[in-house]
Formats: sequence, C-alpha cells, structure tokens
Amino acid sequence: MSSGTLYDKVWDLHRIAELPGGGSQLFIGLHLIHEVTSPQAFAALAEKKLKVCCPERTIATVDHIVPTISQQRPFADPLAEEMLSTLEKNCEEHQIKLHGLHSGNQGIVHVIAPELGLSQPGMTIACGDSHTSTHGAFGAIAFGIGTSQVRDVLASQSLAMNKLKVRRIWVDGQLKNGVYAKDLILHVIRRLGVKGGVGYAYEFAGPAIEVLSMEERMTICNMAIEGGARCGYINPDETTFEYLKKHTQEIHKENWGKALIWWRSICSNPNAIYDDEVEINASQIAPTITWGITPGQGIGINECLPIPDLLEENEKAIAKEAYRYMDLKPGKPITGTPIDVCFIGSCTNGRLSDLQAAASIVKGRHVAKDVKAFVVPGSEQVSKEAKREGLDKIFLNSGFEWREPGCSMCLAMNPDRLEGSQISASSSNRNFKGRQGSANGRTLLMSPAMVAAAAIEGSITDVRNFISGN
Amino acid sequence: MKLNTDFPQGKIIKIQGNCLVLKGNDIDTDRIIPARFLKCVSFENLGEQVFADDRKELKGNHPFDDSNNKGASILIVNGNFGCGSSREHAPQALMRWGIRGLIGESFAEIFYGNCLALGIPCVTASKINLEEIQSAIEKKASDKYIIDLEKETFQNYNNEWKVSIEVGPKQMLISGQWDATSQLISNHHKLLKLHDQLPYLENFNN
Ligand code: SF4
Repeated sequence: MSSGTLYDKVWDLHRIAELPGGGSQLFIGLHLIHEVTSPQAFAALAEKKLKVCCPERTIATVDHIVPTISQQRPFADPLAEEMLSTLEKNCEEHQIKLHGLHSGNQGIVHVIAPELGLSQPGMTIACGDSHTSTHGAFGAIAFGIGTSQVRDVLASQSLAMNKLKVRRIWVDGQLKNGVYAKDLILHVIRRLGVKGGVGYAYEFAGPAIEVLSMEERMTICNMAIEGGARCGYINPDETTFEYLKKHTQEIHKENWGKALIWWRSICSNPNAIYDDEVEINASQIAPTITWGITPGQGIGINECLPIPDLLEENEKAIAKEAYRYMDLKPGKPITGTPIDVCFIGSCTNGRLSDLQAAASIVKGRHVAKDVKAFVVPGSEQVSKEAKREGLDKIFLNSGFEWREPGCSMCLAMNPDRLEGSQISASSSNRNFKGRQGSANGRTLLMSPAMVAAAAIEGSITDVRNFISGN
Repeated sequence: MKLNTDFPQGKIIKIQGNCLVLKGNDIDTDRIIPARFLKCVSFENLGEQVFADDRKELKGNHPFDDSNNKGASILIVNGNFGCGSSREHAPQALMRWGIRGLIGESFAEIFYGNCLALGIPCVTASKINLEEIQSAIEKKASDKYIIDLEKETFQNYNNEWKVSIEVGPKQMLISGQWDATSQLISNHHKLLKLHDQLPYLENFNN
C-alpha cells in the first residue's frame, strides 16, 4: 500500500469519516459544475428539500452545449437553451457563482478553474465530468463524478469514496523539438493501455515532467482518465507557485509564505512508497497520433499502421474493429492520410500555449484546399489573450475559422459536428466511435501543432518538417 | 394521472399496497425508459414515460395502462429484470410512476444497486412462489399486499409466501442507511473540524 505520497496526504487530510457500507467520506474542497450533469442533481436536492451545503465552494460555467458561431440567446437548439437557463436558475437560487457567456471568464470548466486561480495544490476537486483529472497538474486530487455524486457534493460537500492505489510514472530524459506534452501522454496511454490505470491514481514525475509549463502539465493530467486512472497529478513546484502567484487574488501577500509552506508539505516524500512504478524515456518519443477508436491505439508519426495479427492477444480484436471503422490499411504509413476537418481546441489543448504552438506552424502558410479548419479557444480569457497577441489574425489569414469558446467538436452536444464518414485531425482527447457527432465520423488525436501541420498539408504529416532547425 | 410523489425515506421495513404483474424475462432498461427520454434536465417527467414504447405498441393494453393497476406500488416481474444500460433513469421512472418495491426471480446487478440507492428493495422469490403470487394477484387485483423485509415474507390477509433479500441491502434498508446523501449530511459537524487541517479553506488567513 502506498504511503507518504501526495495522494495519501491529501486523502488523510480530507477524510471526514468511515462509512457503514465501507468506504470513506471525503471532503471536497472545490466543486465545479456545468449545464450537462448538474440539472438532475439540483432537482434531486429540491425533491429532498435540501440546500447546497457550501455554495461558496461551488463554481459553475457553461461549456458543452454552447454554439461557437453565434452565442446569441436564445440558442437555436431549444434543448441547449433549456439546459443553460436551468443552470442559470439553479445558480441564482442557490447563490452559486456562474461564469456565464460574455462574463469574460466563461469557458471549458477545466480551462477556467486554473485561470481563475481556483485549482490549487493539496485540494480535493470534483466535477461531473471525467476530465476533472486536469486539475491534478496543480498537485490537487481531482476526479470526475456521476450525477448522483454531484447531488451528494452539493448536499454535503463530501463524497463516499474508496481509496485508490498510486502508480508513479517516472519520465526520464527530455522531449525533443516538435514533440509536445500531448505526444507524451498519448505515448503513456499507448504503453500502459486504456485500462492500465483502473484503480490507480497516476503520479507523473521525473526530469521531463519538471520542465513542463503548467499548461503542458494540464494536458498530461487531463488524459490520465483516458489511461483508466481516475486522477493524475504532479507534485507542485516553483513552476506551480509562479503560476498561482499570477492567478490567485484571494491569497494575500502576507499569507503567501504560509501557503507555500503548506503546499510544499503535501508533496510526495522522497521516500514515499508507491503501489507500482513505471519508467518512460521522453527522448525516445516521436510525435504521436491515434489511428483507431481508443486513445490507446497510438503510433509514432513515422511508424506504419499495426498489423492486428502481430499485436498482443488482448489488442487484436479491438484493432480489427478499429480497422473496420476507420477504413485505414494495416501496414501502411499513417503519414499521407488525407484529412477533411482540423479541430484545435478542447480542455486538453485549447489553452494559449496550444494556440501559440499551432499558430507558429500556420503562420505565412495556408490551409489546404477542401480542408475545414477551425480554432476554438478554451475560454474567453484564452480568446482575449490570443487576440492580444494577434493569433486570431494569423489563423484567419491562413484560412482557419476563429470561433467562440466552448467544448465544440470535442463531443456532439453542440452544432459543431463531423458529417458522414469525415475524418478529423483533432487536438481533443477521445476518438471513440461517433464521438465527434457523426455515427461513422473518424477522429485522429494529436498535438495542436500536428493538427496545424495536417491542415496546411491536407493530410497527416510530421510537424517537425515545419519547424526550422529540425 | 396523479403519480405518487411521496418518495422513500428513512427506515424501510414494510411496503404495502396494490400489486402490478409484468410478465417476461430479460426486460431491459431501454424498454423501461427509452433512450430519447434521457435528454432531459430533470427526472421529473420520467414517471409518465415509463415503458413508453411498449405501451404505445400495445395501444393501452399494457399492464401500466390497465386501470385496475392504478396506484400500484409493488411490481411483480420475472427473471433478469432491468438488464442493459446503467441508466439511473430506469428506477427513477418506476419510482415516479409509484413503484416502491419489486419482487422477481432475479434482477440485473446495476439496476438492483440503482434501486437500492433510491430506497426501493428488489426482493426475490422462487419460481413456484412467483407463479402462485402472480395468479393470486391476477384473480383479485384490488387486494392489498405487504412486503415485510424483516420477516422476508410477502403476504395479504389470507396468504403468505417466502421471499428473500440479501443481507447487506436488507440491513441498509431496515436501518434507514440506504441513502448515501443523508449519511454524508449526518456527518456535517465533523466536516467543520477540517478547517484546522486545511488552511486553504480560509485562504491561509489563520
Ligand atoms: S472539451 Fe471535451 S473532454 Fe473537455 S470537458 Fe468539454 S466535452 Fe469534455
């Protein structure tokens, strides 16, 4: 059993009681809510005549259903409109802060909470969305929950939980030029599998992790869930504290020293014990791309598509299913695969540094004929900052569309969708069948820079050919 | 139609009421509540939509439309009831229609758990007992019956059958500890103590 890790310490500090049915009651430091998984939870509260326990620890925004072209109210889709107005009504009734459209702070829930300085080291964070693992980048223990658990957190600011095991993923060496955090996490999931993390919290550590910016760390932790780990985290360090200094207004100057002491105290001890340890070498990772229907079906950009019969026994069936769905040929290179749609955005890669990386590739170049390419900033703040740097102009001049913030084509709950069997190069996190809105639409996951390169080329290509010095 | 909105609360020891017989094995959650009804902001209207497609197909001849069954609170089913998707909408729909307890040969695991979380026991009976129960109810639908969880019986004024419920769920229901939310709320005083060990709660002001 693990001991002395950040996970163990946060667990112990937040444990309220042992429950009769087994499991522990865990205090939740921050509860993030959005329009899709909260309405039934609020309805359940009303039915039980309960109040929200800690409205000041609950923060709301709207992201999944918002259109990214016209955000005029009422929305064209009456159901989307109903979901948003229900959220507005619930937040008002329970005095919950809602960062709504045009507030300046609206955006994908996992983008805005860090921006607003809400995600902090040592916290427990819950949200009715599986990618809540993102906030682990700050050394928080953050996990996605279901609707009945959303109700429980609203009612009691706590959850019934069972303790996870802890696996340390030690990433040695350094990422090469043109290889990004997205490639690293796609590589990890490829190595450990999409179910590899079930029952575990992932601690990412090592020289290659330490040099990452906060935004890159968020990309890594965001996709821990795609590797089966309900939460992933990185021990807070100087990079974390610097980010927090810029983003938190609530912690006053005179308390900063106290905050630092506490944050440092919750880091994993040097002699912490892990349930499992894995080592990965970052310098051997190439730009990585998925070719199949699970995020674990990834390959390096210069590899050929795998031959199902040569794969490990447990991967064969899903590989065959993937080939039937994706209409790709085993043994062929992935480069040169023609692309219909290019999507840059989502809670994985819709932050400023993602847009900067993509813009540096498209600058002075133009999107290939017949490719639909668009950029959806992760939040209003990201959008504003990008515009200040002129990134929107770079994208527009290159033939990209520039949209309003939201989840967009990461999933099919708003007007942005694939059509028919279109194939997309996407900076999002899930390539499940039908995920991007068409029952036979196909998704290739990759870094935003790789999406940008695919947009210019009109087909999958190695982004390193676009970077001088390579 | 007026639906029973007095949802389960506290200790659940006996369930009393009229019975409704729904025959057939492997009735899945898609039939209990079709997928299109999941696009909703509350579970509220699900009661009217229970078995929507089956009822439409039978044009008013479905047991859930039979006027004799109006107000029934005990549902008698056969085997593997509630299989398929994990949607909480299925037990929600049954509960909102008025069902407070189920008797069957067997139940799908996730459905069983979802019911328990709502305070709705799924008790099992042997095939023979179940056939007897079904025919007794069909003879006289207006009779009131009782599921007694403590004694593990199903009875009315002149008949009694043996039924069973697993030990864990039985304890949770009769002690009133089936509801995670109220358990969590009951520890609220302990929650306040955390302030000392979690300085972030006061923005490190203390
Ligand atoms: S961007 Fe995608 S993965 Fe992230 S919260 Fe939105 S829908 Fe979920």
